[in-house]
Amino acid sequence: MSADTLASGNAMPLRASRGYWSGVWLRLRRDPVSMACLTVLVLIILASAFAPLIAPGDPSVGSVARRLRPVGTPGYILGTDELGRDMLTRLLFGGRMSLTMGILPVALALLIGGTLGTIAGFVGGLTNAIIMRAADILFAFPSVLLAVAIAGALGAGFVNSLVALTVVLIPPLIRVSESATTQVRSLDFVEAARASGAGAFTIIRVHILGNIMGPVLVYASSLLSVAIIMAAGLSFIGLGARPPTPEWGLMLNTLRNSIYSQPLIAALPGVMIFIVSLSFNLLSDGLRSAMDVK
Amino acid sequence: MSAFTAREPLLSVRDLTVGFKTDRGPITALDRISFDLGRGEVLGLIGESGSGKSVTMRALLRILPQKRTTISGSILMEGRDVLALKRRELASYRGNDVAMIFQEPSLAFDPVFTVGRQIAETVVRHKQCSWDAAYARALEMLELVRIPSAKSRLDNYPHEMSGGMRQRAMIALALACSPKLLLADEPTTALDATVQIQVILLLRELQKELGMATIFVTHDVGVAAEISDRVAVMYAGRIVEMGSAADVLKSPAHPYARGLLSSTIHGAMAGERVEAIPGMPPDLANMPSGCAFSPRCAMAMPECRNVIPAPASVGAGRSAACIRVGSVAA
Repeated sequence: MSADTLASGNAMPLRASRGYWSGVWLRLRRDPVSMACLTVLVLIILASAFAPLIAPGDPSVGSVARRLRPVGTPGYILGTDELGRDMLTRLLFGGRMSLTMGILPVALALLIGGTLGTIAGFVGGLTNAIIMRAADILFAFPSVLLAVAIAGALGAGFVNSLVALTVVLIPPLIRVSESATTQVRSLDFVEAARASGAGAFTIIRVHILGNIMGPVLVYASSLLSVAIIMAAGLSFIGLGARPPTPEWGLMLNTLRNSIYSQPLIAALPGVMIFIVSLSFNLLSDGLRSAMDVK
Repeated sequence: MSAFTAREPLLSVRDLTVGFKTDRGPITALDRISFDLGRGEVLGLIGESGSGKSVTMRALLRILPQKRTTISGSILMEGRDVLALKRRELASYRGNDVAMIFQEPSLAFDPVFTVGRQIAETVVRHKQCSWDAAYARALEMLELVRIPSAKSRLDNYPHEMSGGMRQRAMIALALACSPKLLLADEPTTALDATVQIQVILLLRELQKELGMATIFVTHDVGVAAEISDRVAVMYAGRIVEMGSAADVLKSPAHPYARGLLSSTIHGAMAGERVEAIPGMPPDLANMPSGCAFSPRCAMAMPECRNVIPAPASVGAGRSAACIRVGSVAA
């Protein structure tokens, strides 16, 4: 991704290692908001990843006898849900699904959309027209509607909603990487690279990717929050995770009926979605300014 | 022209014609350009903006956009037909046989890689050596172009260098693979006047030292006089006059070359009016018939509108494309 990785792993004793990305990290560290968001996200991601180790209970075992205990009940710090399952445990386990459903589609869409966009921008002409018009067709639908339509057609389930979200996220990434590539392609240093004998593949791999990676990554990071909210939305309407899988969107749905008796508990999954997507958004903003060297 | 350089020319260009397809229809950017360049010789290409100087350079390297360009004529580099080179041969031709220095050094470097890496990249590409060896070569080149504390400059990003230093680094990049022909496209236009002179002197010195042939594009007659052995004056995609720098710049034969020289401010006193050529260069999509300069030429005759004048010899190794050249040269 950075200049150093592209340059192959060979040792280069003549160069000091003070790359672009270490500069970005240095600037990011000076921004308190970004660092706070990063901390929150790392904590939530780690807690979800190690949920089996740190969760106090079993996410799928409940008891009707202790349903809807309020927040602060001894043994159940965040209370219990409508089936008497420990909320803290379910939130931790739910994060695994929700975060995966947020991050994985963006990563896949970045790979597919980024590749298509770069090719469209670099080659131009008919190739560009075909790729961009195809993206435009997908763009014509409101993104949530498109995700619902695809997930609805494929049926509920993890893989299907993953496909639905990825398809929805591809067009904007094609557009962003295409316009970035088109801009970079016409710059003098691309001509200079051609003049020094670089082939099309080298130019794309080194000079185009090196220059569009920043803006495209920042844009992709801003899509993380969108993806998490959409994933939760799909589960909420029954097109994502299936019960009894813990997932924040699904939990929000099942706790809906208890909103009058235990409003705080019913709101907890929503709070998690809110915190995670807000943190991703603010971090993405921070990253944008940290990467902007000019 | 071959009589002028008794040796076999390094580069031989014949009837090079370049057309572009534009939205307003096809235009002819270069019209039957012919010249030879000997080994170690410096040819200065001078002319106004849009006269085809940069197009000539790009055609020589074949980096004009393929889809919108038509090239005809021939370019022979050491007897090899450049226009017939296949992709792989072309990649080794560019950068290895012929290298180019661009006008705007701040744009010709990729902003996300260090200068050292960009020089090393070219070396690795052409010499198939290790990155270590390539970085060593890059360091050697930066020292050759007299960049102070070259070793630490190797790790600089282009934006961390001054304009003059960037252009030196650009020269280092161009010379890194020891090309036989160096194309310099207005390499000093974007620089401060004081830095300009340093870069010109450096280029002249390196050119002598390394003995490479150079085509130097400029619209600054003073710069052309400083560095060139021979000079070609271009107008509207045609070479209108060519000859030794001393001859052409001291006593230009073509009316346009005369106008160009008298319109520069060298030697003009304060308050004295600079003599400008009346009118504008012609629109390439809408060229005047006959001699392209005739609408602006003070010496034009009705005949000038009828024929495109062919380059005619006006003394040893000198030619001018003007039908009135006999009467003008006086």
